[in-house]
Order: sequence, then structure tokens, then C-alpha cells
Amino acid sequence: MPDAVDSARMPPDRRQSRRPRPRRALAAGAATAVLASVLAGCGGGGDGNTPTLTWYINPDSGGQAEIAQRCTEAAEGRYRIETALLPRDANAQREQLIRRLAAGDSSIDLMSLDPPFIPEFAEAGFLAPVPEDVAERVTEGTVDSAVEGATWDGALVTVPFWANTQLLWYRKSVAEAAGLDMSQPVTWDQLVEAAEAQDVRIGAQGARAESLTVWLNALVESAGGSIITENAEQPENIELGLSSDAAVRAAEVMRNVARSDAVSPAFSTENEDASATGFEGPDGGFQVNYPFVWPRALAAVEGGTMDAAVPEDYGAAIYPRVNENDPAAPPYGGINLGVGAFSEQSDLAFEATECITTDENQAYYFITNGNPASSAAVYDDPAVLEAFPMAPTIRESLELAAPRPQTPYYNEISVGLQRSYHPPASVVPGQTGEEAAELIRAVLRKERLL
Amino acid sequence: MSTTTLPPGERTQPKSAPPPKISDRSRSERRLGWLLAGPAFAVMLLVTAYPIAQATYESLFDFRLTDPENRSFTGLSNYWVILTDQLWWRSIGVTVFITVVTVAVELVLGFALAMVMSKALAAIRPVVRAAILIPYAVITVVSAFAWQFAFDINSGFVNPWFAWLPGVSETTDWFGDTWTSLFVICIAEIWKTTPFISLLLLAGLAQVPEVLQEAAKVDGATWWQRMRKVTIPNMKAAIMVALLFRTLDAFRVFDSIFVMTGGANGTESVSFLAYRQTIARLEIGLGSAVSVLLFLVVVLIAFVFIKGFKVDLSQQRGDQ
Repeated sequence: MPDAVDSARMPPDRRQSRRPRPRRALAAGAATAVLASVLAGCGGGGDGNTPTLTWYINPDSGGQAEIAQRCTEAAEGRYRIETALLPRDANAQREQLIRRLAAGDSSIDLMSLDPPFIPEFAEAGFLAPVPEDVAERVTEGTVDSAVEGATWDGALVTVPFWANTQLLWYRKSVAEAAGLDMSQPVTWDQLVEAAEAQDVRIGAQGARAESLTVWLNALVESAGGSIITENAEQPENIELGLSSDAAVRAAEVMRNVARSDAVSPAFSTENEDASATGFEGPDGGFQVNYPFVWPRALAAVEGGTMDAAVPEDYGAAIYPRVNENDPAAPPYGGINLGVGAFSEQSDLAFEATECITTDENQAYYFITNGNPASSAAVYDDPAVLEAFPMAPTIRESLELAAPRPQTPYYNEISVGLQRSYHPPASVVPGQTGEEAAELIRAVLRKERLL
Repeated sequence: MSTTTLPPGERTQPKSAPPPKISDRSRSERRLGWLLAGPAFAVMLLVTAYPIAQATYESLFDFRLTDPENRSFTGLSNYWVILTDQLWWRSIGVTVFITVVTVAVELVLGFALAMVMSKALAAIRPVVRAAILIPYAVITVVSAFAWQFAFDINSGFVNPWFAWLPGVSETTDWFGDTWTSLFVICIAEIWKTTPFISLLLLAGLAQVPEVLQEAAKVDGATWWQRMRKVTIPNMKAAIMVALLFRTLDAFRVFDSIFVMTGGANGTESVSFLAYRQTIARLEIGLGSAVSVLLFLVVVLIAFVFIKGFKVDLSQQRGDQ
């Protein structure tokens, strides 16, 4: 503005000669703004001497930012939490955090971590050790699978925050017409048969992505096997169970589903969102997916893009079985909180993790963002039960859930599996498992590319 | 009818003649050139030569980012692992395919667009040029997402609009097969970078002396004859430079593959392989070796173009 005043007071001829000035002023203003923001960034927080904790979060619907705000207020000046957004894709989140931590980044106080990557972070020394008293408090009343997912080498290395699991979602009308009793466990074979008979779709994740590993792991575990049968410190000594009877049966189920008439023509590129979209459509019959599909459907009704009768027809049950007599081992996911090994405020960070993971905050996060709690007590909260009538099923599923292979070399194993088992329709039971094991072993010995 | 170009003294590319004596003017121009380009050259050395040297050094080690303590010198073993792996050769094949197809189509389309830009009515010329250049201004990742959405089986418009074409139906899964995936990747690349090649060719078109065109017209040459015997021979240097730049660029294709298929269905390019080893797998040694090999291939392409096709980059000044 001073420029404008100056300019107005100047004689016309001089005004002419100084025409480029506003642009220069604009540049100077922009430079000042950039400088100010950089200085503000270096200052470590604006509230006087209040220490600032930076929490690297995965993208969500604003829940983590709100919890950060709540905990800042609850801390009454001891600390404040600022959030920093990570990429949307879980692998990209891992890549960014590892690159920063490998360079000793002390700005990472807290981070939201996907459970399969936790052993890698722990083994590399990127996580500050969880104090015993904190470990005791944060595991009290937490579902087993969430504690297991937060543990590496016999010690709790992260704090369980929210715990995800996949359910079998079905259209009540379809199940009824097919004569399926959904109060009893159902198998994949039954689902395929029912869906083909009713001419409806089964949604599952056949895309070459992490979700394919999630599916395969759930199938192998449900058949009574494990992808890693013996863990080892040296990667070349890790033993894989991909040739076991359970793995062969899992491959058979995967191929049968993928080759059935009940899956989408784009099954080899189907991810969780595509499954949810297919289930919402007129051909929707069954899908295995995370609980986000429920608030997604309600939001669509609210937005006027879906008939209210559609979510009323939604039913949720425990993940399908592979064999009639073996219990299902549903996928386990979610987010745990890690404290950066290079943080200069790890004590405060651990204090913050306890605030973030209170039952109240977990219930808030569950209801507003659709991310299920790791605390068992939250599932009894009336507000949670009202928003998620299937909450007891989610809790039961979490108790049954099996984590993905826990190893610092998870990425090699997961990508190796995706490479071999994709597209799912071309899986050859027995042979594909052997090929995958051979590839993964060679990759772990650093003798092959991935 | 023979090819008509400018006399040797005025040609943009003296080739068969012995190297001309360097005149004082040339010498002083060359000195001025060094003075002007020197600082940029120094910066380039800093920001390109240093990382290349570091990558070459790292490629001789077994080095995982999360395990720096166990880093060990392994000589050329990373190169051996890569060159004996089928995946490397398949990625080379995919990259060469994408490069050849996209560059060939872009050259033809780019030439046509350059003609349009050059011959369009003066009144609409700026609009035409801006419209043609818009795709080049779009960030590659954004363009890749746009094309992915267009061909997506659920949200895309391609299937319903083109279901009447043989091989296309409502249920065509473009990203479920190698060739259809590569087809979409190539289309996205062509759409995005044709404006670049057309811009370079437009500069080449401007260099073709009008006097030759008029002479050919007077001799009764048809449009096609003038194109083949006058226009193209006179802009051969510009064409080769455009081809060189685009080939080098196309060989490093990454964004579209990353966005559209994530390397599924055998669509991994060499750059994607380097990304997967270095960034995802954290094997800095192995990933650096892939990058060094990619660099060597790119150098080889540049060498073949410059020496094999005798492209003289220093003579692209239009100073007939």
C-alpha cells in the first residue's frame, strides 16, 4: 500500500517512469512472507517456550489433526503438537520416513506407522525405546492383534493407536436369496457359488499392490499356514511357507475367486475403493473390505448419490474361511505411533502418545473417521455402537486377525509376493508359491532385482 | 528431381567438406560463448557430475540404507546381478518399445502441428500456438492421472464412447494387460510431449529459406515434392536435434508408469527399476548400479545420434 500512496502523490511523468515498482514491491513482499514463514518454521513454535512436537500423520479425514489439537489443549502448555502430512500411499509414507530417519532427522517426534513396517524401523534403530511404564499403560485393555502388531523382538516398540481389520460385507437380500446363513461362518467356495448363482459380484483386492499381500496372507493364515515359517536375523536364513499345503490351498482359493464369473472384469486392478464402488452398485453382492465402507455409504446417502435403502441392505460378518473347519484369520492393519529415535523430546512425545490413544480420542476417531479403535473398551461405547452397529463384529474380527509377515525385510517379501501372485487369475497352486519363494530368497540374498 | 538445399558455404551442416579454418570471428564467438556458458557449465558440473560420480561410487558397494554399518565393497557384483537378471532385459525391451513408438508418432504429429503453427492465419496464430502447447505445460503426473481416469473401467469415458471399435467394450480393462497398458502409457506420453517436438520443428521450419521454396514452385514442384526435396532436407538438423532430445527424454519414462500401472503386467521401465531398488527396496548399491547403467545407455544414445547421424548441436543457430 505505501507504494500506491507514493505513486498517487507523484507527478504523472514520474509515475510513468516507475511503473515496474509494484512488481518489485510484490516480489519484496513475497520474499518477506517466505522469509517470515521460514523463520517461523525454525523457531520451533510460536507460543513462547512451549515445546512443539511434530507428528507425521497419514492422510485421513482430519481426525489426527483434531486429536493433536485436543492433546495440545490437554497438555496445558507442557507441549503442543503440530501435524505434518505424509503421502497417501503406505509405501510412500515408509519411504519418506525412512529417508528422513536415515539422515537423523530430529524433527520427527511422533509418526503414524503402518504395522508391517514396524520391524524394519525398529531393527534400523529408528524408534525410541518405549518406557516400561508407558508400555504397561498403553497395552492395558488393547486387543491382542494390535499389541502383536506393535511388538518386535519381544518388546513393544510402538504404541497401538487404531486397529483395522477386514470384514465380509454382504447384501442381506442377496445372502437371503442365496440361502446363506450369515450368522454362521461361510467359506470362499460358498461365496463364489452363491454369487455366481445370484449373478452378483464379489469384491476383493486383486490389484498388484499391498492389498494383494493382505489378501494372500489372510488366505494362508486362514488355511493354517504362515508366509514366514521361521524368522531369522540374517535375511537369507528366513524360511518361507509358500510351498506348504496351506499356501497351496490359499493359492487355489485365490485363483478360483479370480477366475469365477463373480468378480469384476477389472479384478486384476481392483483395490479397496474399487471393491467398495462395485459393492455399492446394482451388482453388489459380497466384498471383503475395511469398515470405511460403512461411513462411505452413509455419506453417499447424505450427499444424495445413493438410495437410503442400499446401506440398510448392508450386512457385516467375519472374514470368509478357506476351509470349512478352520477359523478365518482376517487381515490386520491400522496405525501405531512411533517416537523418532532422534527426537530431542522423546519423553514429551511418549506423554503425547498416551493422550492421543485415550479411549475418548479413539472413540472420536472411530466415529468421525471410520478407523476402529485398538482399545477393546471403545467397542462398548454407545456412541460407537450407534455409528457402527457392526462394532462387535469388528472387535471379534480384530481378536481373530493375523498380522502380515513381521520382518525387517517386509518390503522385499511383499513385493516379491505381488510379483508372483499377480494377476490372481494366473496363479498355479503349488507352482506359483515355489516361484515366489525362489524369487524372494534370491532377492533377500541380493542376487536378483525386484 | 534432386534434393534442394543451400550451397555448402551456407548450409547449416557442413559434413563432407574438410573442417573449415577457424576465422577470427569464430574464435571470438567461441570465447564469448565460453564466457557466457561458463558459469552455467560450472553449476551443471556441480549438480550433475557430482551425483553421477557418487552413484558410480555407491554402485560398487553392498549398501542398504537401513543398515549402513554392514556396508561392504563388492566391486562389480551389482552390475553382474543386474545384467544376468531377466527383469533388467525385459525392462530394457519395454523402455525401447515405449521410446521408439512414442518418438516416431510424436515426430509425425509434431511435424504436422509445426506446419499448422507456421502456416496458420496470422490472426489466430497465437491462439493456435498456445492451444498446441497446453499439454506440455501440464505436469506429467497430472497428465498420467487424467489419462488413467479416462481409461478406467469404472470412471472412464473411453469404454462407453469407443465401445463400437473392435477390441473395445464396456468391460475392457486397459490396465489389466501388458499391451493395453503400454498403449495407454504411450498415448499419455505422446499427448504430453508432442508439443515439445513441434516447437523444435517449428524453429527448424523457420530456417528453411523461402527463396528455395519459391524457386521450387517456379520449377513446378508439387507440395509433396517441395516437402520432400526442399523443406525436410533443409531442416534435417532440427529434426535430428528434436529426435535426440525426445529419445533421451523418452528413455527415462517413469511418471506415467508409476501412476498408471505401478509396474504391473510387465510395464516396468529402466527408471522404474532404479526407483524400486533404490527408494522402495533401500538397496542403494544395487539401485545406483541400475542408475549408472541407465546413464550409460542414455550416453550411448546421445553418442549414436551425434556421431552416427552427425548431429552437430553447436550449429543449430539458423545463421545461414
